[in-house]
Amino acid sequence: MEKRYQDAASALDGLLFDGMTIMAGGFGLCGIPENLIAAIRDSGVKNLTFISNNCGVDGFGLGVLLETRQIARMVSSYVGENKEFERQFLSGELELEFNPQGTLAERIRAGGAGIPGFYTKTGVGTVIAEGKEHKVFNGETYILETGLVADLSIVKAWKGDTQGNLVYRKTSRNFNPMMATAGKVTVAEVEEIVPTGSLDPDHIHTPGIFVQRIFAGVQEKRIEKRTVRERV
Amino acid sequence: MAWDRDQMAARAAQELKDGFYVNLGIGIPTLVANYIPEGVDVTLQSENGMLGMGPFPYDDEVDPDLINAGKQTISELDRSSYFSSADSFAMIRGGHIDLSILGAMEVSEKGDLANWMVPGKMVKGMGGAMDLVAGVKRVVIVMDHASKAGESKLLHQCSLPLTGKEVVDLVITNLGVFEVERGKGMKLIELAPDVTLDEVKAQTEAKFEVAL
Repeated sequence: MEKRYQDAASALDGLLFDGMTIMAGGFGLCGIPENLIAAIRDSGVKNLTFISNNCGVDGFGLGVLLETRQIARMVSSYVGENKEFERQFLSGELELEFNPQGTLAERIRAGGAGIPGFYTKTGVGTVIAEGKEHKVFNGETYILETGLVADLSIVKAWKGDTQGNLVYRKTSRNFNPMMATAGKVTVAEVEEIVPTGSLDPDHIHTPGIFVQRIFAGVQEKRIEKRTVRERV
Repeated sequence: MAWDRDQMAARAAQELKDGFYVNLGIGIPTLVANYIPEGVDVTLQSENGMLGMGPFPYDDEVDPDLINAGKQTISELDRSSYFSSADSFAMIRGGHIDLSILGAMEVSEKGDLANWMVPGKMVKGMGGAMDLVAGVKRVVIVMDHASKAGESKLLHQCSLPLTGKEVVDLVITNLGVFEVERGKGMKLIELAPDVTLDEVKAQTEAKFEVAL
């Protein structure tokens, strides 16, 4: 089956609908599927729930979908970098569910692995634990968290082959591998599609079974906080 | 004289032991990396998916695919490894990280920590803080002793929503160092130079024993 598509718009063809839930990889602006986000903006699909660690910045990343009011609800761990987010949240236009970052990562991992729930110590004794089942294991209290899945996952990798095998680069890996497993359909945006057989099978991070569509795009890779040291 | 930010960071660096895997929070904790004692080899973890975090890069080495949890560009070391957020928090929640040094808004005398949310203000989220305090073996807090309004940040009970309950092991403020026996109580074990016990007592709401 051909998994390769020409561009982001064709790779999303037939997958988008109003009110759907989408997982989007990335940490800050690092490792985000920027061409897929732009194509979702251009499609005009709305009332979306996004599961993503952050929500971009004003004018870039998922921030562009806030400006067009396409996002109704965010499931995130940290959203501090975005004025438009704050405005929509405080005015009640945007719904927000905070998850501790490790809980979010594990909920996605669990969802993709067919695990409906798991117990964790994270959040015990805080507002995060309110209304959740508590259980004691070996004298320690844990809370029940549920697995997460999505109608669509959009991920960003460095290289991919025509089978959908993916390799990520440095800290741009972050949430992408788990999200690739937890979408009913996963679309991968890569910097380069290489011939099948050219990736070392021992070095593949996401096996192609988790990826239904793949395309190569050019990324801007905007840097959020450029921090350098001086040569002495 | 009370400690300044760098002196607090230098004091916190004394908690690093040879061979430790360490996660540093944002703010004063980040400065701790500048004061790692001679002969102590530590590996810094960045919760966005890196072990062996290096210093800020030179201008011509900046790589958009290589950032820390504060979203700053960084560099890699010979020992570095990269991994997913799930593996990163397996390290944190699975008790594999030896020490976390974090900032705080409030700490209670039983070791409760509040550092993520002020009701009525825009909430940015807890990020990885709740996971770190729940899973890391030892949690050290570095913070000013009093708020900008002059109120003690060491309290009988936290007034802000908690990041974790009974999770703090040591608190370093500009006035001194407090050891916490989680769930039990706090004791003052060290004063900053020229700070007196009376000054600390006058500026501290939390109950503490003195073990100087």
